[in-house]
Amino acid sequence: MTVLSVRNLNIDLPSGDGHVHAARDVSFDVEAEELFGIAGESGSGKSVLSQAIMGLLPGAIISGEILFEGRNLLDLPPREMQRLRGNRIAMISQDPLSSLHPFYTVGAQITEAIRTHRKVSEAEALQEAIDILERVGIHDPDKRVRDYPHQFSGGMRQRVMIAMAIVLRPALLIADEPTTALDVTVQAQIISLLNQMRRELGTAIIMVTHDLELLSSIADHAMVMYAGNRMELGPGEAVLTAPAHPYTLGLLRSSPSHESRGALPSIPGQPPSLLIEQKACAFAPRCAAAMDICRQERAPLRNFADGTRSLCWLEDKASNTAAAVPAIPEEPPVVAQSSDIVVKVSDVRLTYGGRSLFGKSINLEVLKGVSLELPRGKTLGIVGESGCGKSTLARIIAGLLPPTSGDVIIEGQSVLGLDRRDWVEMRKRVQMVFQDPFGSLNPRRRVGSIIGDPFRIQKVAHGAARKNKVRELMEIVGLNPEHYNRFPSEFSGGQRQRIGIARALALNPSIIIFDEPVSALDVSIQAQILNLIARLQRELGLSYLFISHDLAVVRHVSSEILVMKAGQVVERGETETLYHHPQHPYTRELLAAADPHYRKSGGGFADPQSSGAMP
Amino acid sequence: MIRFIASRIGFAALVLIMLSGFVFTLFFVAPGDPARIVAGERATEAQVAQVRENLGLDRPIIEQYFSFVGRSLSGDLGYSYRNQQPVLELIKNRMPATISLCVGAVILWLLMGIPIGIMSARRPGSLVDRLGQGFVLIGVSFPSFVLGMAALYFLYFVPRQAGFTLFPPGGFRPFLPNPGLWAWHLMLPWFTLALTSAAIYARLTRGQLLEVLGEDYIRTARAKGLSERKVVYKHGVRSIFSPLTTQLGADIAALLGGALVTEQVFGLQGIGSLAVQSVQTQDRPVIIGVVMLAGFFIVIANLIVDFLYILLDPRIRT
Repeated sequence: MTVLSVRNLNIDLPSGDGHVHAARDVSFDVEAEELFGIAGESGSGKSVLSQAIMGLLPGAIISGEILFEGRNLLDLPPREMQRLRGNRIAMISQDPLSSLHPFYTVGAQITEAIRTHRKVSEAEALQEAIDILERVGIHDPDKRVRDYPHQFSGGMRQRVMIAMAIVLRPALLIADEPTTALDVTVQAQIISLLNQMRRELGTAIIMVTHDLELLSSIADHAMVMYAGNRMELGPGEAVLTAPAHPYTLGLLRSSPSHESRGALPSIPGQPPSLLIEQKACAFAPRCAAAMDICRQERAPLRNFADGTRSLCWLEDKASNTAAAVPAIPEEPPVVAQSSDIVVKVSDVRLTYGGRSLFGKSINLEVLKGVSLELPRGKTLGIVGESGCGKSTLARIIAGLLPPTSGDVIIEGQSVLGLDRRDWVEMRKRVQMVFQDPFGSLNPRRRVGSIIGDPFRIQKVAHGAARKNKVRELMEIVGLNPEHYNRFPSEFSGGQRQRIGIARALALNPSIIIFDEPVSALDVSIQAQILNLIARLQRELGLSYLFISHDLAVVRHVSSEILVMKAGQVVERGETETLYHHPQHPYTRELLAAADPHYRKSGGGFADPQSSGAMP
Repeated sequence: MIRFIASRIGFAALVLIMLSGFVFTLFFVAPGDPARIVAGERATEAQVAQVRENLGLDRPIIEQYFSFVGRSLSGDLGYSYRNQQPVLELIKNRMPATISLCVGAVILWLLMGIPIGIMSARRPGSLVDRLGQGFVLIGVSFPSFVLGMAALYFLYFVPRQAGFTLFPPGGFRPFLPNPGLWAWHLMLPWFTLALTSAAIYARLTRGQLLEVLGEDYIRTARAKGLSERKVVYKHGVRSIFSPLTTQLGADIAALLGGALVTEQVFGLQGIGSLAVQSVQTQDRPVIIGVVMLAGFFIVIANLIVDFLYILLDPRIRT
């Protein structure tokens, strides 16, 4: 039975700069109990689409049809639509903390949902809330129902969100990036919970995500969106294994999840502005297989035997026609003298002491004795889930935070207890690149002066000489030197990360610490940045500390990996050894959770709250 | 929790002690000899010295301070230099007018400002919003003495010319036995004191609520199928109480300054006018008494704000 049928949907969002064409001629069907996946990068229109279905886009100009249980949602009066929301169509969103009201107990929030649509007493609703919390795997639901959202962990909060969404047994559940904000082991649990719930309750799920691989491994059908267009639609397995559209293929190839080393085949360029009405294929400017006609006319719809449909001028599937990825030979790394250790961290500990608001003294051990060595010219990857202390460790190594005990020695000199002059000297050797390319650049300063900062602080190069050096740096990281006088807001996420890297490179450091440098970026952009990072290491002989929660990314860039958990190093080893023969149970759990096929089976997480080793 | 409350109260007491010390020393640095003022224009040097001794002003400042603190703890704030009345008595007589004025004004500005802010935020850019913004602009632009004068002219003088009394020109009537008369007399002062703050609260409410209405949990509330009214009032407005409380704590502290002007304009015999009179006559005990009283209320107001925070935000509680 078809629950939802979207027909030729166009969505325009009026904005100060004109209409944003967020969706263009999008059609798809969702069957009962099906998991329907929508994948795309940021700005592809996938979230706008899900909000349009919920009727939560006031002011948008929408044409086409959204048929839900036989009725066109676009024609429904607001009251009717309100009656459907939460009752027949429910939604869970990316960040469970910000999506739950901080001032109401979870019980109050769930009973509110129940009592909005059903005439039941407060006590009955509360009992229902407790039952559903138990069902989604919250222990002691009768007690936890009186807790506030901040008293739950990230994964548990998402369970609460799911409980609230499914308590009225909706026919359709829209999950907008339900696992993006969660740790990898928790992600697997949430996915398997969603899978279990749709089978038990017969709910169809639309899952919106940027993670194509995750999607294709669990979705019955997957739709790939780009710049508001439905590029490809087909059975999940088919889309993953034999993508029809060059964009899908490019996305899959550029994610560093394969065994491959060396440069990633990234998709060049940037996604187009949605303010401009597209007259041809939206992907043509970035497409390797683009022909003349692609740039002149909208692409036709191609149907393939396995049920895949693709919006492309190519007559055959891209995966069949496109040349196999040319094996980019891994260039030999800079010959490293194994004795040359540039960073040596010995038994670093950090304890936060203090008092809580009510006077209880608390001692929080963030790092419990971490030691590591980084040889010159190599990359040491540090992986771990949020709260494991990896970013704190990075800040200590960079000398930004003094440890409680232990020592950090960089090229033979301790970074602790430096006076002002030595500290400035040390900054020439160690630089950091931060995660958030939006938050870590001052929005009111021009890019040229941001990159030139290190020169100014260190008093090297002045006037025209400094400007030339900055231009050189911009060229090295792949930015147009003409953009010297632009502001950070005029750059895309990937370009901003290039700015951050250029700034880090300014003083010819020997060590760069990357703290989640690509986790805020889209897959196709991520590949460009990873390639840049790898190229700079080869060309400049840099040593890297690379911190990430993403195992695939760390694996791709690192020669050696350190696994952290709760402030301790649980395992370290050569990258390939560690991936093929993990020793510590936690490493095995991490690897398993990140494996899409493992996530699909949902096996090993029968008890959703177990955090032990996989069988 | 108990420790937290105890520490807040201890801190409040410390603030009061420091304030008393500060005010006390200030008067010894300030020019003018109170003994000479008390003794009068034509007093001889001997008489002035006698007065100085009687008032204890010849003793060391530390000793004077401690005897002041000791006496004030037992409720004795000394005697006015001017008419020898007990300071506490003077203040007590003036309290009802000031308290009536301030409490009424706070309630009035909250009742005006918050609804206007909410209506503006619900439909940004609409006619209602633009009217609300206009109110804010007018409210923050007029100083309270101008507002007071305008209110007197249009709501007292003009109707009086036309032959009827819409509002009285001022004066204070006690709450009992006739609350109606009390409120009627305070109407113009309340409005005068409240309008500027009402405008500021309207602006604050609008800004905070607009921000909150963009939060993810508001989208969740809508996705649950709640009516727009419930989304705004139960989920949105609930979240702006904390910032409003912060603002209110600061405003109550500044209230006495505004009350001073309003009391003068409407001839209310309150603490504000007492303060003005005592400063003019260098009536030191009265000034110190008034400052301590004001400090006491500010400290209490901030204590209440701290506790309200805990009540309002479960994240602070646990």
